[in-house]
Amino acid sequence: MADEDVVLLDFWPSPFGMRVRIALAEKEIKYEYKEEDLRNKSDLLLKMNPIHKKIPVLIHNGKPVCESLVQVQYIDEIWPHKSPLLPTDPYQRAIARFWGDFVDKKIYGLESGKVWTTKGEEQEAAKKEFIECLKLLEGELGNKAYFGGENLGYVDVVLVPFYSWFYAYEKCGNFSIETECPKLIAWAKRCMEKDSVSKSLPDQDKIYDYVLHLKKVFGIE
Amino acid sequence: MAEEVVLLDFWPSPFGMRSRIALAEKGIKYEHKEEDLRNKSALLLQMNPVHKKIPVLIHNGKPVCESLIQVQYIDEVWHDKAPLLPSDPYQKATARFWADYVDKKIYEVGGRVWKTKGEKQATAKKELIETLKLLEKELGDKPYFGGESLGYVDVAFIPFYSWFYALEKCGNFSIEAECPKLIAWAKRCMQKESVAKSLPDQQKVYDFILEMKKHFGIE
Repeated sequence: MADEDVVLLDFWPSPFGMRVRIALAEKEIKYEYKEEDLRNKSDLLLKMNPIHKKIPVLIHNGKPVCESLVQVQYIDEIWPHKSPLLPTDPYQRAIARFWGDFVDKKIYGLESGKVWTTKGEEQEAAKKEFIECLKLLEGELGNKAYFGGENLGYVDVVLVPFYSWFYAYEKCGNFSIETECPKLIAWAKRCMEKDSVSKSLPDQDKIYDYVLHLKKVFGIE
Repeated sequence: MAEEVVLLDFWPSPFGMRSRIALAEKGIKYEHKEEDLRNKSALLLQMNPVHKKIPVLIHNGKPVCESLIQVQYIDEVWHDKAPLLPSDPYQKATARFWADYVDKKIYEVGGRVWKTKGEKQATAKKELIETLKLLEKELGDKPYFGGESLGYVDVAFIPFYSWFYALEKCGNFSIEAECPKLIAWAKRCMQKESVAKSLPDQQKVYDFILEMKKHFGIE
């Protein structure tokens, strides 16, 4: 299949962008990575995602696909032969989609952000809920190597980007995620042994510096 | 194929309506169980322990949660009749994008229209109309978002039509005046039994909203 033109409009710390990077790497798709400056969005970004004006945007042969979960499913359907991410059985697909949605609502949602944007009681409540959600995910993982079973699957791709933000969360919230959820950290490290993941996630220190920068910009203590 | 299908639901829920429509489109017989959300059944808590919300689709004893996931599941299991998602991956991605847009925007913005007053309500009304106009634009000249027949986005969106009258009364505005093409689309959908039998009467929804406002102490 020659001459596939694949472009990804992205922003290096975005866990949403990381999902797409991992999916494309798993499928061994060559693509052009374009870094966006979110304070000065490119014409291409505004043209390709006029509704939300957000990254990541996947542009395949000139046609845009927006929203990271939609992009991961699209990538899985266009290039089905290598590293299938969603199972073939409809019920297992529904389960995978459910947990992908749970990750979006609970781990990437507004409430979890309070772990680094707030202090005192509000922060403690956010930390507690965050850990509860991670524990639920640990329960779902069980004794499997990956959420996808023997191989990386949809839920792994959806969740593992957030691992790059764990160190920043721990520093801001003064707690240890590994102490509370050792199985999940073991899973994350297992994922990081894969090139597709390790090459798609930024260094945790860089993310922490970015979070500190954001706190300064938004006047958060 | 002795299929056992149960839907745990709550009559005014637009999310529940989605699954009702999808099952009806596929001609699937199912048991509809009405939940009292102030007194959730043991079955609901067992079948959806994570979110404890309706709708829950239970197929041969196994639960599927989240309405858009249920609609896709129904579409995949009963794929021979009335396909809802297109087969082309790009068109599928486009349909998923717009269903996600409906999910992100309509419920929350619509909620603000009936829950607030004054400037907050004026802002919410403006946002709602902008959102509906974008959807109108996506519909274009097609009879349905799915093209010639009802599709995934139609199923995701049409339930909110049953809430329009309540929103118009609470917000003192006309959605039809602003978005005539969208209302024409909605009425076209309502001509289908699968939709008409799945949506509650608009007056009933309005009465429900008034009760909720009283309950929450909203003027």
